[in-house]
Amino acid sequence: MLKKYFPSILACLALAVLFTIVQVGISGGLLSGYWITNIYLMGINIILASSLNLINGFTGEFSLGHAGFMAVGAFTGAIVTANLGLPFPLAIIAGMLAAAIAGVIVGLPTLRLRGDYLAIATLGFGEIVRVVLMNIDYVGGASGMMGIPEVVNWPIIFISVVLSLLLIRNFIGSSHGRACLAVRENDLAAQMMGVNITYYKVLAFVIGAALAGLAGVLYAHYYSIIQPKEFSFMLTFDVLVMVMVGGLGSLTGSVVGAVLLTTASAFLQAIPELRMVLYALLLIVSAVFRPQGLLGEKEITLRTFERWGGVLYAALNRKQTE
Amino acid sequence: MQLLTVNKLSKSFGGLVAINNFNLRVESGDLVGLIGPNGAGKTTVFNLLTGLYQPTTGSITFDGRDLKGKHPHQITRMGMARTFQNIRLFGNLSVLDNVKIAYQAVVNYGLIPAFLRVPPFNRREEEIEKAALELLEIFGLKEHAYDRARNLPYGEQRCLEITRALATGPKLLLLDEPAAGMNPQETHELLSLIKWIREQFKLTIILIEHDMSLVMGLCERVLVLDYGSLIAEGTPQEIQQNPKVIEAYLGDEEVVAWEE
Repeated sequence: MLKKYFPSILACLALAVLFTIVQVGISGGLLSGYWITNIYLMGINIILASSLNLINGFTGEFSLGHAGFMAVGAFTGAIVTANLGLPFPLAIIAGMLAAAIAGVIVGLPTLRLRGDYLAIATLGFGEIVRVVLMNIDYVGGASGMMGIPEVVNWPIIFISVVLSLLLIRNFIGSSHGRACLAVRENDLAAQMMGVNITYYKVLAFVIGAALAGLAGVLYAHYYSIIQPKEFSFMLTFDVLVMVMVGGLGSLTGSVVGAVLLTTASAFLQAIPELRMVLYALLLIVSAVFRPQGLLGEKEITLRTFERWGGVLYAALNRKQTE
Repeated sequence: MQLLTVNKLSKSFGGLVAINNFNLRVESGDLVGLIGPNGAGKTTVFNLLTGLYQPTTGSITFDGRDLKGKHPHQITRMGMARTFQNIRLFGNLSVLDNVKIAYQAVVNYGLIPAFLRVPPFNRREEEIEKAALELLEIFGLKEHAYDRARNLPYGEQRCLEITRALATGPKLLLLDEPAAGMNPQETHELLSLIKWIREQFKLTIILIEHDMSLVMGLCERVLVLDYGSLIAEGTPQEIQQNPKVIEAYLGDEEVVAWEE
């Protein structure tokens, strides 16, 4: 019984330690404002990368519309709190819902498209969202929205990230997740196995979009100012690099990718021009030397640590006996 | 009981008539062979039956229900399963997951239990895993359960395709050239396997095959398709002596196989 729950208990413990360390760092003034911002950004990026991975990596639908979904979430959330004066939890619900609906709207008509064509169509969707937002005066036009309440703090980011990852992990580990994997592997065979491929393609879009919407709401309520131009293709590209570097089809890979690239970008903030060059280089290098990403389709689990521990233990033992 | 009735089925792709006025009656428990030269439209018939193509004219009735407008996954859930001529496994997934995905047509649960891992998630997952492992054991694939499907040897990949099709709980199994690429020894094993699963799972089977030894050794009734039309139907002996069939195959390498 204890053995069964041991991994869960250990995971909770690790999360609690991580949470406490950062919280102490923030409240104790050990972390500068710059790094606090980047830690929050890291959390938002983890949500974005893992949700994009659900669409691109696990279901195999190459989407480039993530910035669009995030923008829908960010602006909807901002309208709820800044314009309507409603509480923040409602903004999260509304933002995720609006982005999910956008997911259906994009998912359904683009279902017949594959590969490059789907990428182009979803890219177009992202641009449409941005241009439309720039032309709506209610959300401030090109100058965007200001005075969004700054309610996002470390606990909110932390809980959002943990819940998002848990949700995706549970989904992938379920029969519905397996259906998505089947669609990726061979959609013809998947149909013959009784998998409703239309449903699962749209479902992946909806879940991915809703989580991107959540990331958008968090983003808006941290910075308090949002402009349509921030949600350009470049943002999708950033997230895509995180997913590719981490490994398409690896959830923990997305976390690694998001942490790695957010940190790199934080160090390169002083030279923003070089940042995109570095991103492009990283993508090329990873495509040449490790096309499957750092983790490929593998996941970092407790067993990975056990194995590493075992290898380390064996190595140490060997040294002692020699 | 009549399990499958195909009535005046035709399918055209633009100006090309792939299937022309095709009729078929299959009784429950039948084992029917479908043969014909390359490009005769055999696989097209399977694609029409499984709903991948919609017929241009004609009707298909399966298990008492009209298949018009039904999606492939709905037809699978009604009890029709197939394998493919070119193997279409979920290559990067484990052998076990391949079977689990198919078993979803039989046992599944909602999205909420999946997201929150609340009942019936655990119970159903255990049930799915147990059934999938049992099926793999029957087919001697259990030791490979956690290997990637694409790393299996060719013969076992074919076997896994059949296993996976059976996991959907079919009444009618469509086998599209199951012996393609197999040596005589493997073909012989396949022959006994098909006989055995037919008994064990009480299946009705339609088989497309080029290997005549398999068709003649297995099927009670053989249909011959040429240029999309049915040119002969009968017992293997009748078919072998049918002048129309011999003409259709003349110059084709199968003639050699027939004489053996």
